[in-house]
Amino acid sequence: MTAYRAAPATNAREAAEWSTGRVLRTNLRAIVGRAYPRVIGLTREPSWIFFEILLPFLAVSAFVFVYRALGAPEQFIGFVVLGGAVTSFWLNVVWMMAAQFYWEKDQGNLELYFTAPMHLMAILAGMAIGGLVMTSSRALAVIGIGSLLYGVSYNVEQPFLLAGVFLLTMVPLYGMGMLFASLFLLWGREANHLAELLQEPIYFLGGVNFPLRAIGPIAGVVVATLPLGVGLDAMRQLAFVESGVQGVLPVGTEILILAVMGVVFLVGARLALGYLEMLARREGRLTLRWQ
Amino acid sequence: MPDEPAIHARALTRVYKAKPDAVTALGGVDLDVQAGEYFGLLGPNGAGKTTLIKIFTTLLLPTSGKASVAGFDVVTETAKIRRVINMVSGGEQSGYGLLTAREQLWMFSQFYGLSNRDGWRRVDELIEVTGLTEQRDQKVRTLSTGQRQKLNFARGMLNDPWVLFLDEPTLGLDVAAARDLRDHTLSWKAAAPARTVLLTTHYMVEAEQLCDRIAIVDRGKILALGTPEELRRRVQAESIFRIELDRLPQNGGIAAIGALPGVLSAVRADDEVADEAGSDRVALKVALADDSALTSVVTAVAERGSNLVGLAKSEPSLEDVFVELVGRGFGDEDKSPPEPAS
Repeated sequence: MTAYRAAPATNAREAAEWSTGRVLRTNLRAIVGRAYPRVIGLTREPSWIFFEILLPFLAVSAFVFVYRALGAPEQFIGFVVLGGAVTSFWLNVVWMMAAQFYWEKDQGNLELYFTAPMHLMAILAGMAIGGLVMTSSRALAVIGIGSLLYGVSYNVEQPFLLAGVFLLTMVPLYGMGMLFASLFLLWGREANHLAELLQEPIYFLGGVNFPLRAIGPIAGVVVATLPLGVGLDAMRQLAFVESGVQGVLPVGTEILILAVMGVVFLVGARLALGYLEMLARREGRLTLRWQ
Repeated sequence: MPDEPAIHARALTRVYKAKPDAVTALGGVDLDVQAGEYFGLLGPNGAGKTTLIKIFTTLLLPTSGKASVAGFDVVTETAKIRRVINMVSGGEQSGYGLLTAREQLWMFSQFYGLSNRDGWRRVDELIEVTGLTEQRDQKVRTLSTGQRQKLNFARGMLNDPWVLFLDEPTLGLDVAAARDLRDHTLSWKAAAPARTVLLTTHYMVEAEQLCDRIAIVDRGKILALGTPEELRRRVQAESIFRIELDRLPQNGGIAAIGALPGVLSAVRADDEVADEAGSDRVALKVALADDSALTSVVTAVAERGSNLVGLAKSEPSLEDVFVELVGRGFGDEDKSPPEPAS
């Protein structure tokens, strides 16, 4: 039964001494490990094609027909399709990031995460990266189908900048999910109720189905607080250049806001996680399923 | 520090906030488990076993007192403790049902920093030794309870922990699966004698079979601690034998046996043997000061015309010990406040 043996150290104290490099490698591996179930899930659960592409696409189509019936400018159709694609990320953030720790606790995974040597931020990062990969395929499907079906024409002069803005948008968006993951657990309510509570207001305030400028002065505030809104506004400006679309703020300013938001949400997530762990260990919240 | 205990606690308390009154789950525990020991915490539900294990595994802070694992403080040196421990709980549903058994173990191996190649190699080794080879590519959600618990056990072995915490690991398993799992823990210990295991259980047989030493816990306190033999000796200092004979001894009979040197008492035991059709068989319950007096008893019954048919040493069980210490059995209703579920 030598297969049981693996560690070369001669005693526990020696085995507990890890170099900085080993700590770093462990955290990187933990990110990959936690991202794995999400990525592999794409191939294991084909039902997502129906639930996460076809059903949301019906909502996109409804807005397309409304805009056409009202004779709205044609770029509005593109706005809606792009908004529908970005919505996938928001749904992923609210359901599979923010609510995830709550479910992990119920399954007993959270205990194991806490007792393992990696940092919990690595688990959150793995969940985010896995979710991003998984959702990107869905978002691309929505854009592809929507664009073909409704004849959306894009005018992209700076594709790399557009890709950069997309990636930059994902940082605060998933950072927000990482922050909420701890907060949902701290608030101790049913995760699905909190997720539902957040879902619709963000649809509205994020300007998913209409240009944010339509909201008026509130738009400025929205842009300053919601990564979905500011990111989408910037992407629309970059994807439909010739349509003369006006954003709430210039793209450069919105990029700056996204960068600041990214830092704020990631730092916030780190602090919330530290607070969660402290409270969990002090009050037993982490390990007690009835709390 | 070669003599440093693998697990150490002094005056350890844990009080849970609750309404209307706070619940004291641990009320001043002193405990030292030496490196290489297979140590059991035996007690009924609500005894404080799980709370104790959660403090040692860095999931809970003590309310007061000191605790350490591998010499590292559970409050301030959690990172180092987490590098050398692992935990397997009974009824655990960890992981993700859409992964295969092999993938699930690999995922957990990454949390312990095993390289991709070492991770897969270790996973395959553990799948083999835990007897999950046929289920290796089966989705976790399709595994039976016993297979799932074997997988959990393999997960607990991934980092070859220096201190392994087993919290009611055979809870809900059928007899065969529980036996398999116990065998695995013994095999692992045999292969890695310097490793330490802390087992919580309320199965007496499990504690007795596996543990070098046992602490009997109830209502947040350790009531007794020692080897299974030492604990039994607490309630029964003498050796008791049940001796079956083909007929009653002559020449003074049972009284003569009772008068032999080293024999504390000899009485006729209950008598199912005498009921057998056409049988004169008889059973005696003989209490000896120590086992060495047995030879003279066997010689004496032969001299009195009886033949020995059966001989068995009657040992008090750990349940007897528990009843003696606590005043109630494991199955009796516990009036203490419930320990929060794990």
